[in-house]
Amino acid sequence: MKKLIEIIKLKKDYYVGEVTVHALRGVDMVVNEGEFVAIMGASGSGKSTMLNIIGCLDKPTEGEYILDGISISSLSKNDLSGLRNQKLGFVFQTYNLLPRTNALDNVELPLLYNKTVKTKERIERAKSALESVGLSDRMHHKPNQLSGGQQQRVAIARSLVNDPVVILADEATGNLDTRTSYEIMALFQELNNKGKTIVFVTHEPDIARCATRNIIFKDGVILRESEVKDRINALEMLASIPLEAD
Amino acid sequence: MNALLRNKLRAFLTMLGIIIGVASVIAMLGIGQGSKLSIQQQIAGMGLNLVTVVPGSQQRGGVQFGASTMQSLKETDVAAILSDCPAVLAASPEVRGNGQAVFGALNWPTSLYGENESYLQIRERSVTNGRMFTDRELSSAAKVCLMGQTVVKNLFGEGADPVGQVIRFKKIPFLVIGVLDSKGLNTFGQDQDDLILAPYTTVQKRVLAITWVQSIYTSAVDSKSTADAATQIEETVRRQHKIKASDQDDFTIRNQTELLSTFSSVSNILTILLGAIAGISLLVGGIGIMNIMYVSVTERTREIGLRMAIGGKGFDILLQFLTESILLSITGGIIGILLGIAASKIIGSTMGWPIVVLPSSEILSFAVCTVIGVFFGWYPARKAASLDPIDALRYE
Ligand SMILES: Nc1ncnc2c1ncn2[C@@H]1O[C@H](COP(=O)(O)OP(=O)(O)O)[C@@H](O)[C@H]1O
Ligand SMILES: [Mg+2]
Repeated sequence: MKKLIEIIKLKKDYYVGEVTVHALRGVDMVVNEGEFVAIMGASGSGKSTMLNIIGCLDKPTEGEYILDGISISSLSKNDLSGLRNQKLGFVFQTYNLLPRTNALDNVELPLLYNKTVKTKERIERAKSALESVGLSDRMHHKPNQLSGGQQQRVAIARSLVNDPVVILADEATGNLDTRTSYEIMALFQELNNKGKTIVFVTHEPDIARCATRNIIFKDGVILRESEVKDRINALEMLASIPLEAD
Repeated sequence: MNALLRNKLRAFLTMLGIIIGVASVIAMLGIGQGSKLSIQQQIAGMGLNLVTVVPGSQQRGGVQFGASTMQSLKETDVAAILSDCPAVLAASPEVRGNGQAVFGALNWPTSLYGENESYLQIRERSVTNGRMFTDRELSSAAKVCLMGQTVVKNLFGEGADPVGQVIRFKKIPFLVIGVLDSKGLNTFGQDQDDLILAPYTTVQKRVLAITWVQSIYTSAVDSKSTADAATQIEETVRRQHKIKASDQDDFTIRNQTELLSTFSSVSNILTILLGAIAGISLLVGGIGIMNIMYVSVTERTREIGLRMAIGGKGFDILLQFLTESILLSITGGIIGILLGIAASKIIGSTMGWPIVVLPSSEILSFAVCTVIGVFFGWYPARKAASLDPIDALRYE
């Protein structure tokens, strides 16, 4: 199986005034193509820091990170931007959609930074991404005209539109109720079934059980890794949650 | 760019600085140019060929006045100028007196001008009604006069025909033989129709009781010969006045081209001054743009973070904000130009000035706006571009 993400002895320090915070203190991990990995751990254990480094938003203080065969330590800021544009998709806890901008335009955004994609193709791809998250009837809605779950699905469509090698989600269900959370997880599972690699951070054990593998962080190191045995099928879970719950 | 449309009111208020700045630059330059052109036209209207001789010498310290020098010009000087100066086409002595003109129960304070028959030619005026006085009337100091239209209006009423009537000026009866054309106000606000014209002999002998003339108006053969005419007149009058080579002139010669260049340089300075004041408001407008761009960058920190996360490079972000500030300033500039044109037209027409909207000032304003957009947008855009994506995403 192809190694998509390879992290070797990775450390990350933050310097806050005189104090040095060791956010990551030697992490080794591998994510293979097609995996659906959930990163778990207590607050402050370094989950977001890890995901930001995987997402090429931040660089490690020490250690090696290889994404899809590319070692990122030697890359410039602009190269990293290009890499994020071509290979990565982000889903955030707070959606981060552009306000007063409709769903379609929001989804098109990553392609605007890809000079090889022409206008017509851009619109086509944005439409089909919105279709794949089940929002083809909400294309011209602005974020404030959409529910939280719908907004997050627009964000997922945006993360899909550039056909990334991996989708990274940090607490993507953190702002959503249980039912909507499972809707989002069902969408992720569907994408994963189609072959998309997904790495997501959560602190909810049940949500983590939707993944194929769990990595648990503690104080900047991996405490434990395990394959998910009793995996939850989010769609079945949804069926068992009554609509009026939450 | 969408951000501008999203916040229309703010975009407009930001542009207002530029709008006012550009509009005032255009209007000020337009006013400056308009008034300059108007003065030039007025001076040209007085006759570009005009060369004037006034008594008194012009020194560095100013004009020297004195009873003897003020009386230095005689009608013999006029005759000498006419016979000895080839560059002079016509010459007329001028004597002036102020007083009440009376007709029936109406009276009107005005000026009486004593001239010879060349007056009309030298001053580029004409008689609209009646006739000019004749040589005979001139030599016999006949009590005849022509009237400017303001005097006609005030003594006889609008549109009335005064020809054949007798008016009194300083109690002396004058037979009205003609009416002068209307010239309106000159640049200095003087009514050029508020005068009575009579033979200078009449004014000298019967009204003022003097033997000298107050000034001599001459007309050069063409506008290029005014300098020649001035030199010839100077020589002639010096000879007439028997002035020794070592002594100064006891008279002063002025020509219109000189006057024109003096006024032109004065109004150029005025234009520059007005333009500079307007330019300052443009600068203030630019600072307004810079301010709002900083606010915009801060407000949209998370958006910048997101754009970077999904692949926006620093340069893309820089370009985005720079485009916004340029768009703001150019849109403001265009509105300002239109407003400025409208303002200068309104001001021009109320002041009765020729309306001058220089294309050069429009192009300049437009260029200045673009530069303002780039200059004042640069630092905020730079700030946006140099943000760290995670810090920006985490910004509250
Ligand atoms: N930008 C930062 N500056 C300083 N310290 C930071 C920064 N980001 C994270 N940290 C610290 O690093 C540690 C890990 O943070 P984080 O990865 O956000 O944890 P988690 O997402 O697991 O809650 C925490 O102690 C946090 O305070
Ligand atoms: Mg976190």
